Amino acid sequence: MGLKIMENEIVFKEMLAPEIKLIKVRAPFVAKKARSGQFVILRASEGDERIPLTLIDWDPREGTVTLVVKEVGASTKRLGALEVGGRVRDLVGPLGNPGEIRSYGKVCVIGRGVAIAAAYERARKFREARNGVTVIISARTAGLLIYREELEKISDKFYVATDDGSEGVKGYANDILKNLLDSGERFGLVYAVGAATLMRNISKVTKPYDIRTIVSLNSLMVDGTGLCGCCRVTVGGSPMFTCVDGPEFDAHLVDFEEFRARIHTYDQEEKIAHQLAEGNCRCKG
Amino acid sequence: MQRLEVRFKQIPMPELPVKERIRTFNEVSLGYAEEQALAEAARCLQCENPLCVQMCPLRMDVLGVVRLIRLGGYREAAERARERNCLPSICGRVCPQEVLCVMGCRNTLGDPINIGGLERFVADWELERGGNMPEAAPATGKSVAVVGSGPAGLSAATELARMGHHVVVFEALHEAGGVLTYGIPEFRVPKKVVKQEVDYVGKLGVEIRTNVVVGKTITMDELFEGGFDSVFLGSGAGLPRLLGVPGENLCGVYSLNEFLIRINLMRAYRFPHMSRTPVKVQGKVAILGARGLDAARCALRLGAEEVTIFYQQKVVGRADEIRRGAEEGVKFQPLTKPLRLVGDEKGWVKQVELARLEPSAKFLYDAGTAVIANKHIPNTLAAKNTARSIEIAKSGTIVVNPETLVTSDEGIFAGGDVASGAASVIKAIEAGKRAAHSINKYLLK
Repeated sequence: MGLKIMENEIVFKEMLAPEIKLIKVRAPFVAKKARSGQFVILRASEGDERIPLTLIDWDPREGTVTLVVKEVGASTKRLGALEVGGRVRDLVGPLGNPGEIRSYGKVCVIGRGVAIAAAYERARKFREARNGVTVIISARTAGLLIYREELEKISDKFYVATDDGSEGVKGYANDILKNLLDSGERFGLVYAVGAATLMRNISKVTKPYDIRTIVSLNSLMVDGTGLCGCCRVTVGGSPMFTCVDGPEFDAHLVDFEEFRARIHTYDQEEKIAHQLAEGNCRCKG
Repeated sequence: MQRLEVRFKQIPMPELPVKERIRTFNEVSLGYAEEQALAEAARCLQCENPLCVQMCPLRMDVLGVVRLIRLGGYREAAERARERNCLPSICGRVCPQEVLCVMGCRNTLGDPINIGGLERFVADWELERGGNMPEAAPATGKSVAVVGSGPAGLSAATELARMGHHVVVFEALHEAGGVLTYGIPEFRVPKKVVKQEVDYVGKLGVEIRTNVVVGKTITMDELFEGGFDSVFLGSGAGLPRLLGVPGENLCGVYSLNEFLIRINLMRAYRFPHMSRTPVKVQGKVAILGARGLDAARCALRLGAEEVTIFYQQKVVGRADEIRRGAEEGVKFQPLTKPLRLVGDEKGWVKQVELARLEPSAKFLYDAGTAVIANKHIPNTLAAKNTARSIEIAKSGTIVVNPETLVTSDEGIFAGGDVASGAASVIKAIEAGKRAAHSINKYLLK
């Protein structure tokens, strides 16, 4: 009984960048089971969406999981607004399959925006598995480059790209990767996580070099347990559910056009909900 | 004359007018008022050898319930219904009575008795005013984990709790009720009623833990290690079966479950004010498959221009709901089969190409939204992610002894859609109950 009351409590919170927040939540059962690459689904409060978030860290002894959330819509805003001592209404997991982590020799880990947090988690695991780790991170602008120092510390080679050139190379991660490969650099595995465009572009770069490339897809989800099929994506010509068959797939087999179209299904509705949350709704209600 | 007519004709169930219905998700069937229930109960002939009871998979004492209603003992009538049926307010609403109890009604003086209507009347009466809780048997010290809080799980939990066992129900979603919560729309079974029934099970001492995926959050092995003596798997058949035709991953194409989960579990019809989960219904809506009646009626309420169900043989649903759907404007196109979905340049569905089977022809239907409504696949995650070996049939169902519902592991039982394949609420309740009795025997062995 005591345990139940404590569950889902936020025990730590940190602002990593404007609109990107780290929260540590008490979830002992999830912390005990969590593996790299898995995710949880949570709802900040009644009426909110079920939001899938990749597990960034977990501590089975302390019984906590760490998540990084970017406030992009009404539901993520409400999650981001919860303070230490507050409770997340619902949290379920760990969901999805663990990622494959072994020794590949040299790996390249690529992350963009809020997903740099997931890249950081994976880079650490690759390092522990005795891989040489090259890291490329990118974001719209320098202020959004989270985990910059930490990643630089644990990587053998470290590259930064920003869209506006405010830090590192002005341009995209795929340009950096292409330069590396063109100049003779080789990897046993490339792991990319972030926006759909980034993952598609990385996949395009590695394909001619026939380098095994894994992407972690951020499909839209509702239940996250295989019930709804909202997250379905064509991989190697077959329908896959990101929630139960993924979330990580061989990038060279993913139908990125379909994936990209599907994750934008509710852009219009997102905007409406967001405006309402900001108090700019013109309708009555 | 007046009297005679009353006896001949069934007392009509009050319903929301069609015009009002299609603008809200409020319950369509309003339920009998007291005097209506009394008049309907008065029509029962109280047969000596009641076939209605025989035809009920739960053998609910229809005769006794009707007799008690006549005497004005509504609470007693509800208790009588509950003796054999743990979810009377649900069954009264969703059972296809016309092929069950009502089919057995031998009222030779006219229409059969509206048994579902009466069952619902007493169950609602009790849920509103509170009933007497049945006495539980003394605690046995045994505990049972129930996987899934749908009809099968709630039924097994109720029976096991009454026998004195400690029961914990694990539910993967954030709200209990299984298909009653995520699948059946508010206008057929209000969530308030589901919640009242779930709370009733809680009052029997059953602990219900939401947000736990057995097979992920915790495995069955861990449940046994943690002190549970037996497990009942009632995880239902909730996995979507796609069509396998080109274009089914276009935007605007939903599986039946996604469409219903967004609307029912996430209350997308209250977007954006009360719910922040959207659902998109635009233009004409094509429902592809015989199981799409609920989805079709939801789509109409969400402002679809037109809704058509394309199916081969027979739409799945109770007679009342098919009639109501037709009244509301759902169109039915039998003997058709989808061939492919056609998208626009942005990846959104714009047409469905279908085959007419008789006479054989192909045609296009303009659709801004499509829902794939095939028969669902059993959810056997818990049975797969365990070190124990649980036999699963090729069809995807968990293999059980048809009498005892024990699986290939003697401590694990399964019932409802997960073992039978997609069937009905009442069959799942019956299976949960039967499994509970087998579990009881197993525990006290």
